[in-house]
Amino acid sequence: TRILHRRADSYCRESKMRVLVGVKRVIDYAVKIRVKPDGSGVETNNVKMSMNPFCEIAVEEAVRLKEAGKATEVIAVSVGPEKSQETLRTALAMGADRAVHVKTDDDVQPLSIAKIFKALATKESPDLVVLGKQAIDGDNNQTGQMLSAMMKWPQGVFASKLELGDGSINVTREVDAGLETLKLNLPAVVTADLRLNEPRYTALPNIVKARKKPLETVSPADLGVDTTSSVKVVKVADPPTRAAGDRVADVDTLVSKLKNDAGVL
Amino acid sequence: TSTMFRVGGSALKAVRSLAKAPSRSFITFNESHDMLKEACAQFADEELAPIAGEIDKEHRYPAEQVKKMGEMGLMGVAVSDRWGGAGMDNLAYALAMEEISRGCASAGVIMSVNNSLYSWPVNQYATDAQREQWLKPFASGEKLGCFALSEPGNGSDAGAASCTAVLDGDSWVLNGTKAWITNGPDADAAVVFATTDKDLKHKGISAFIVPKGTPGFNYGKKEDKLGIRASSTCSLIFEDARIPKENLLGEQGMGFKIAMSTLDGGRIGIAAQALGIGQAALETAVKYSAERKSFGQPIGKMQVIQTKIADMATRLEASRLLTWRAAALKDAGKPYTKEAAMAKLAASEASTYVAHQAIQVLGGYGFVTDFPVERHYRDARITEIYEGTSEIQRLVIAQGVIKEIVGSTIKGR
Repeated sequence: TRILHRRADSYCRESKMRVLVGVKRVIDYAVKIRVKPDGSGVETNNVKMSMNPFCEIAVEEAVRLKEAGKATEVIAVSVGPEKSQETLRTALAMGADRAVHVKTDDDVQPLSIAKIFKALATKESPDLVVLGKQAIDGDNNQTGQMLSAMMKWPQGVFASKLELGDGSINVTREVDAGLETLKLNLPAVVTADLRLNEPRYTALPNIVKARKKPLETVSPADLGVDTTSSVKVVKVADPPTRAAGDRVADVDTLVSKLKNDAGVL
Repeated sequence: TSTMFRVGGSALKAVRSLAKAPSRSFITFNESHDMLKEACAQFADEELAPIAGEIDKEHRYPAEQVKKMGEMGLMGVAVSDRWGGAGMDNLAYALAMEEISRGCASAGVIMSVNNSLYSWPVNQYATDAQREQWLKPFASGEKLGCFALSEPGNGSDAGAASCTAVLDGDSWVLNGTKAWITNGPDADAAVVFATTDKDLKHKGISAFIVPKGTPGFNYGKKEDKLGIRASSTCSLIFEDARIPKENLLGEQGMGFKIAMSTLDGGRIGIAAQALGIGQAALETAVKYSAERKSFGQPIGKMQVIQTKIADMATRLEASRLLTWRAAALKDAGKPYTKEAAMAKLAASEASTYVAHQAIQVLGGYGFVTDFPVERHYRDARITEIYEGTSEIQRLVIAQGVIKEIVGSTIKGR
């Protein structure tokens, strides 16, 4: 059964519709990842960084809502070090109205990100929060879901289509069985999947305008969030190098090898 | 010995340079430049590079891509947003041109002509009324412009224009032919240089804005070119073509000055185009050398190949810095004629060198159309010719250098 959270009061915001979008600065998808020699993480020094592709899709969707006259303000948020501001400027160049940089050099886990977004959502009162479904570095796919639970807002994750109604949103989700459409009352949390849209190329005049749009910096502490993580990265290693396969003479040998050597049967 | 010291004596005295301060580069990049480069690189990789080979083979004008470039603001990078442009600077233009040309050299020249050769002179020399009509829709990418200076009988000798313009009542009547006009067949308007008095030589030339569809204005056949084949080049033919007298750009007799000042900036665009072509060729050669094995190892490990890679990269990087310096000087409002000529000369010759060596690195594969380096070789070649041949660039540079060191142009017989 799907549980749709309902708000007790009627949700009628004809004029103002605010969208909060999360963006994360990650290693560019085309870069060949290298593990640090000490196994503590991956090499990020002098490595090309970009906006997480699913976050790009999230920003694009929010900007499209604004262009369709359905949203009145798009706020881009990023949690990360100083350089996350570059990612926020890109979001502004794509069409976001203002940006909030939650500055921290710590490695922040999804639970803490969700807490930060909860604090911001409580402060900014958006009608919709759009996040990428997951970041391509952590691949956690947790933040949107956790945020929804914390705010007690409905969630529509892995969205491939959004249709805004009056005080509600229809979210088409890509699930294992195919496509599922939910109707969520606003405010809600949605996470963007690959086929939601194709992000625009940043237009040059917007790059110029982006520099003048407001970007405020806060710390997690300012939002009352302790980013101490209960998760500790013990080791990062390359996947084992692929070994050559084995040719076998017959099916019996194959079954025996799969059972005894590979241990998969 | 006394005769020897009289001739060239000044050269033997302890040289006190006329340069008063260290030559500044003025090159500073900010966040906008980074974002612009990123956006253009992405566009080039996703929209241009995949079709560049195809449109080259088919000799096809990339209308859809040019439209997208217009929407991105690439057709008027350094034009203020008041006049439909992106409101960025010349350094941004140089960065954008290089990235776009790296994807497709033809798209690069289409963009360069619209930016440097059409939008710039119109922006610089037009009245506000003219800008409203002839700049705004062009800088925003809705319409396309071109620049018509060369004629069948004179290219380098621009002052010998034989196209004529005669004032007849409220109109100018143009007669003559212009040759090698990039964007010609697809342009909505042309900046055309014609003489009102041949006796005045270069001082008799004026610039006119001639819209497509003007009665008496026709196009010659599309040229079948060695390279930049997706860009359209043709002759423009004027047979008693009548344009309103309001279409005079600047003042009568100012045409040569308009042309020369326009080409200064155009050289930055073409230098950047050459860099893009060279960079594409370099990247292909290096990637190939990392994989291709010969004598038991990837050829990229061999000194002979590494030497080529080093020379290719160094020449490109040197011309890149020259290009950025010219662009930055222009942005700072400083004279940049000599520097722009140096940039164009260096970049064009670097790019033909790089493309040549890239074919060499790829060997047989460099000679077939399956790999893009043969196209880069063909595309690079024109950069040494148009917007001022390398020979003309050398004259411009020499004039600039002589003036700096000796104080004036060299006189006497």
